Amino acid sequence: MVEHIHAGGEEPAVTLDAFLEQSNATAVRLESDEDARALIPFLDRLALIEIAFPKFRDGRGYSSARILREAGYTGELRAQGDVLVDQIAYMKRCGFDTFAPEKELNPADVEAALARWPEHYQGAGDNSVPIWKLRHG
Amino acid sequence: MKLLTGNDLKTGFVTWWTGADWSLHIEDAADVGDHGEAILAAEEGARRVNAPYIIAGERTADGPRPAHIKDRIRALGPTVRPDLTLKPADPAAGDWVI
Amino acid sequence: MYKYDEYDHAMVEARVAEFSDQVRRRLAGEITEDQFKPLRLMNGLYLQLHAYMLRVAVPYGTLDSRQMRMLAHIARKYDRDYGHFTTRQNIQYNWIKLEDAPAILADLASVEMHAIQTSGNCIRNISSDQWAGAAADEITDPRPWAELLRQWSSFHPEFSYLPRKFKIAVIAATEDRAAMRLHDIGIQIVEKDGQHGAAFYVGGGMGRTPMIAPLIKDFVPLADMLSYAEACLRVYNRYGRRDNMYKARIKILIHELGADEYRRQVEEEFAHVKALGIDPPKAEFDRIAAQFAPPALDAAAPDAIDRSDPDFAVWVDQNVAKHRVPGHAIVNISLKPVGGIPGDASSAQIDLMADLAEQYSHDELRVTHAQNIVLPHVRKADLYALWQALDGAGLATPNLDLISDIIACPGLDYCSLANARSIPVAQKIAKRFADPARQRDLGELKLKISGCINACGHHHAGHIGILGVDRKGTENYQLSLGGSGAEDVSLGTITGPGFDEDGVVDAIERVTETYLAARTDGERFVDTYRRIGMAPFKEAIYG
Repeated sequence: MVEHIHAGGEEPAVTLDAFLEQSNATAVRLESDEDARALIPFLDRLALIEIAFPKFRDGRGYSSARILREAGYTGELRAQGDVLVDQIAYMKRCGFDTFAPEKELNPADVEAALARWPEHYQGAGDNSVPIWKLRHG
Repeated sequence: MKLLTGNDLKTGFVTWWTGADWSLHIEDAADVGDHGEAILAAEEGARRVNAPYIIAGERTADGPRPAHIKDRIRALGPTVRPDLTLKPADPAAGDWVI
Repeated sequence: MYKYDEYDHAMVEARVAEFSDQVRRRLAGEITEDQFKPLRLMNGLYLQLHAYMLRVAVPYGTLDSRQMRMLAHIARKYDRDYGHFTTRQNIQYNWIKLEDAPAILADLASVEMHAIQTSGNCIRNISSDQWAGAAADEITDPRPWAELLRQWSSFHPEFSYLPRKFKIAVIAATEDRAAMRLHDIGIQIVEKDGQHGAAFYVGGGMGRTPMIAPLIKDFVPLADMLSYAEACLRVYNRYGRRDNMYKARIKILIHELGADEYRRQVEEEFAHVKALGIDPPKAEFDRIAAQFAPPALDAAAPDAIDRSDPDFAVWVDQNVAKHRVPGHAIVNISLKPVGGIPGDASSAQIDLMADLAEQYSHDELRVTHAQNIVLPHVRKADLYALWQALDGAGLATPNLDLISDIIACPGLDYCSLANARSIPVAQKIAKRFADPARQRDLGELKLKISGCINACGHHHAGHIGILGVDRKGTENYQLSLGGSGAEDVSLGTITGPGFDEDGVVDAIERVTETYLAARTDGERFVDTYRRIGMAPFKEAIYG
């Protein structure tokens, strides 16, 4: 289930440094240059990880998201920042399930973008079945 | 003189600001003086031009001449394909570029 | 050749629909040029000097005649009747209209082609050996491996916003005809204990900081190849520099970390990635490989060639290479006529090459990184008729690997990044050395010209390299010697101060004279340079 969240309106997640110091928080924000693996010991107590996209061209957040999903994180994974409609399908495939774009997106465009690809060539951070597996059953 | 140039959004063709509109021909280009940035922003915002920028040029008897060779090639066309330039019938057109 | 199945068709069709929608939104003002630019680039659409330029992917350089004809059709219908074959085995059109781009992509999709990821900071078209499947020195056909990589890298969600572009080449022969070690990842298929695996060379490239890729892993089993590539890319995506676009290629990361530390990080990531099940089963490789089964060639076909026409004999000696099946040959079609534009072909020439491939080469063509075309499977008995047809269309220049077989980027005549023109220099050199006997006497001499530091013309890898620079508004050309993109890979060294257009042609003539005076029997230009060093050449040029 992918949610489309508008910017603002809820408690901000704590920074990675603050989280690592007082790890009773349940929401953390990861900047694009921070190591997602630092969160791996704490995944079971986290309900929200927000990953920053300071610029849409900064693709580090895609790897961060996959690393967290691959480590078994099942909570909310949110892409925040310069999140554009033409990137969200890739974000979803890397394991993001919510989006907090700085600039509001047209819901119809979001829907179209997420429905664009019938299948995918490669496995990634979502549950879609890669084409090679469809070919060979 | 200062010239404003860019590419047409739909066709990609090189265009020159004439003072009121865009033209494919540098002969039509106007000196934008200090107004270049404002025209550039308005025209780009209205999608009448893509990737516009301001260049230095000089007035000559043949019309405006960009200071840099790159913009002279843009104004004419590829020097190695005279047939595809804006002046295919003029064998000496390439001399203007160099 | 690989044929799309329903899934491949659905993917390119979805891409055409996606890009049509993106173009619509751009023209309607819903997205800015800043937002649209990376999207059009990932569909191969640049804004160049005179218009939009479209780069169409030719995966691993392989085409059939139907696809080749579509390239001619696009040149005729949407461009100005010609196309430009590139050093990454692609084709570029120089005069494309944005509003036509979706229709062109749809036309391409109808023949199982696309422009996906031919630009942008993503994994680009996978390149390979243009003689794949025909070369006598390969251990297997590298193209099934390349196709596996093509599918894995297409729309890869994690690696579409990398720090910078990413180029992969795959070869499986001892000779390197694809400049493999000058790629971000160069893969050489090797054999160990009767099994084929992939040697990974990572962190090569040209540009302003040329580097030869170090060996990162000597043998990755086929079953792990994509996982290993994924690990290589993930380390790069996370830690490659994003603060300075000129230092953002993976070669800089590996240079700064050192190959050993990069290898350690990749191995650590690989240990993790391997458990994810990214690699398809062997059945998928076998499905792909079956489509590259060699054509049925008659090994009993006559091996003799009638050399009574001297012009034909010269062409055979220069442009025809040994095929692994007796009675057959690999034909290299030069797109470097003296005075022409390296890599350009008219739509009529493209159509003719398609016809000839259908008639004489089991419907197959290849694009080479040296901007030529190959017909890979030609019966020796058909060579004369083929040569006559090529000759009639200006496609039989007998100069493969000679001084006039020049790699040149489009340069300032077309490219918005260029600082100087490349094509006029190539034309002047080709004219200066136009005498075929003189060229043949000079022997193998790979001359490569770039019109700017980005090195699309591979000047670092030229036996003789030329780099065009802008010196106070005037075109200036630096000369370098001793580079190679082949298995004897090396980077050229600059001779000294630069020259103007005529000056660089004169300097090259002096360089060749120095070589002729110093060479020993059988020595190529680059061998002599390596033996005697720069000094005698420098003396001849500047002395």
